[in-house]
Amino acid sequence: MKVVVEQVGKCYQGPDGQKVTALADIDLTIHNEEFVVLVGPSGCGKSTLLNMVGGLLSPTSGTIYVEGLETDRDPVVGMVFQEIGLFPWRSVVQNIAFGLEETSFSKGQIADRVQSYIELAGLQGFENSLPRQLSGGMRQRVGIARALAIQPDLLLMDEPFSALDAQTRTLMQEELLKLWTATRLSTLYVTHNIEEAVFLADRVVVLSRRPGRIIDIIRIDLPRQGRDTGECAAQFKNYASQIWQLIRKDAEEALREGESA
Amino acid sequence: MNAMYRREVVNRLAFIDTKLPGWVSTLSLIGLIVLWEVVCRLSSVPELYLPSPSSIVVTSWDMLASGELLTNAKASLYRIGWGFFIGSIAGILLGLATGFFRLAEAVGNPLVHALYPIPKIALLPLIILWLGIGELSKVTIISLGVFFPVIINTYSGVKNVDPLLIKAAVAFRASRLSIIRKVILPGALPVIFAGLKLAAGTSLLLLVAAEMIAAKEGIGAMILHYGDLMLTTKLMVGVLALSLLGIAFNYSLNWLEKRLISWR
Repeated sequence: MKVVVEQVGKCYQGPDGQKVTALADIDLTIHNEEFVVLVGPSGCGKSTLLNMVGGLLSPTSGTIYVEGLETDRDPVVGMVFQEIGLFPWRSVVQNIAFGLEETSFSKGQIADRVQSYIELAGLQGFENSLPRQLSGGMRQRVGIARALAIQPDLLLMDEPFSALDAQTRTLMQEELLKLWTATRLSTLYVTHNIEEAVFLADRVVVLSRRPGRIIDIIRIDLPRQGRDTGECAAQFKNYASQIWQLIRKDAEEALREGESA
Repeated sequence: MNAMYRREVVNRLAFIDTKLPGWVSTLSLIGLIVLWEVVCRLSSVPELYLPSPSSIVVTSWDMLASGELLTNAKASLYRIGWGFFIGSIAGILLGLATGFFRLAEAVGNPLVHALYPIPKIALLPLIILWLGIGELSKVTIISLGVFFPVIINTYSGVKNVDPLLIKAAVAFRASRLSIIRKVILPGALPVIFAGLKLAAGTSLLLLVAAEMIAAKEGIGAMILHYGDLMLTTKLMVGVLALSLLGIAFNYSLNWLEKRLISWR
């Protein structure tokens, strides 16, 4: 299955009544088993694009469609949010089961499925904990397990690690890579962190600041594991600085205007 | 420089963490009762104006033994129980509806805000005219008094549910009903409980008022009756019963809140 974003644009009504263009002329295809990372400065509309692909926001122009499903149905989309969005009154198990409860699975099937994703995400021993009892990193593991448990056709991740401290983030990136290698889901991942983008992506889509347009799409030709170490380290740095050069001017302007995402 | 002074750094924020033993609060209550008793015994205030705590307790026991207190309390409990139950269920259901569905909001909100400011007791004569002088009119007036604070709190509770949670639920393809049941209701519950506690006070007020206006039985009727007879001690027994009822009411709501919102 692949996802096609065709000539998509998004306009908002600004606070003073004028039209603000958040995104313009976005053409992008996420191929089967491909990990695509959207990277760009604050306010470039990368989260807007992700939400439109997830069907949580309508584009002002253009279309988004999936192609190559085996049956005529809506694609199953798993989403991971920056603020995680776990239900605070549900335990870890119940949170992971949330998406499955909306399907036709029986209680027993749900329990089995949840258990296997608890193990995959390394959450054994925390099954009955409430979100507030978990650290930020553990919470996001639950968020990821919840998205994977519905066995989606497409995985959407909106800056999932940017609220975590730097050490936890590095560990979580490595774990995500392991999980992804085990499942190989078509993935669209949003981040403002360039190293993270180069570390994870098959292709990095670089967006400009408002109106967000695609500046360049860069294919990362590095082995999936251990990209930032050993022989690959130099190439890794090259990719990162190449992307940084593309973004730099925009980011500096955003800084001067004091804008935030 | 002369370097002979030494000062230890102390925590100047310590006063915030000052803890007092639990008996201090108990003592303040006991102190008030003792003071009251002493004033009654040592001064010449007649029992008509201020009966002593001890005589109120003795009279309570007599009235309990004769069954008078129980009969009246039962009548009151029946009214406030049904009134609170019906009013709060209706308030929660309609509050969820007006908070979640745009049409219900557009239709319901102006009605609620137009009717809310009316002091409900002013409607009692009208309601008695419509429903008769029996139990139904009393239960109705209490339900009305409970309904408004509960629907208004439920509505604002729904509006305050973290939009991210609704977005997450929608992203995982939850149906409308699932969103209400699994996200909106639990998310709004803390604010709903604030409304229920507010309504508990209102319901007691309306109970007594309704019973004073038109009832043979009930604690409110009993208080009015003994007031007319100038039997102040028996009147105070009624006041004591109401205060205990209020405390028990609040306590049960707190207990229920703790059980239902244990995740906080």
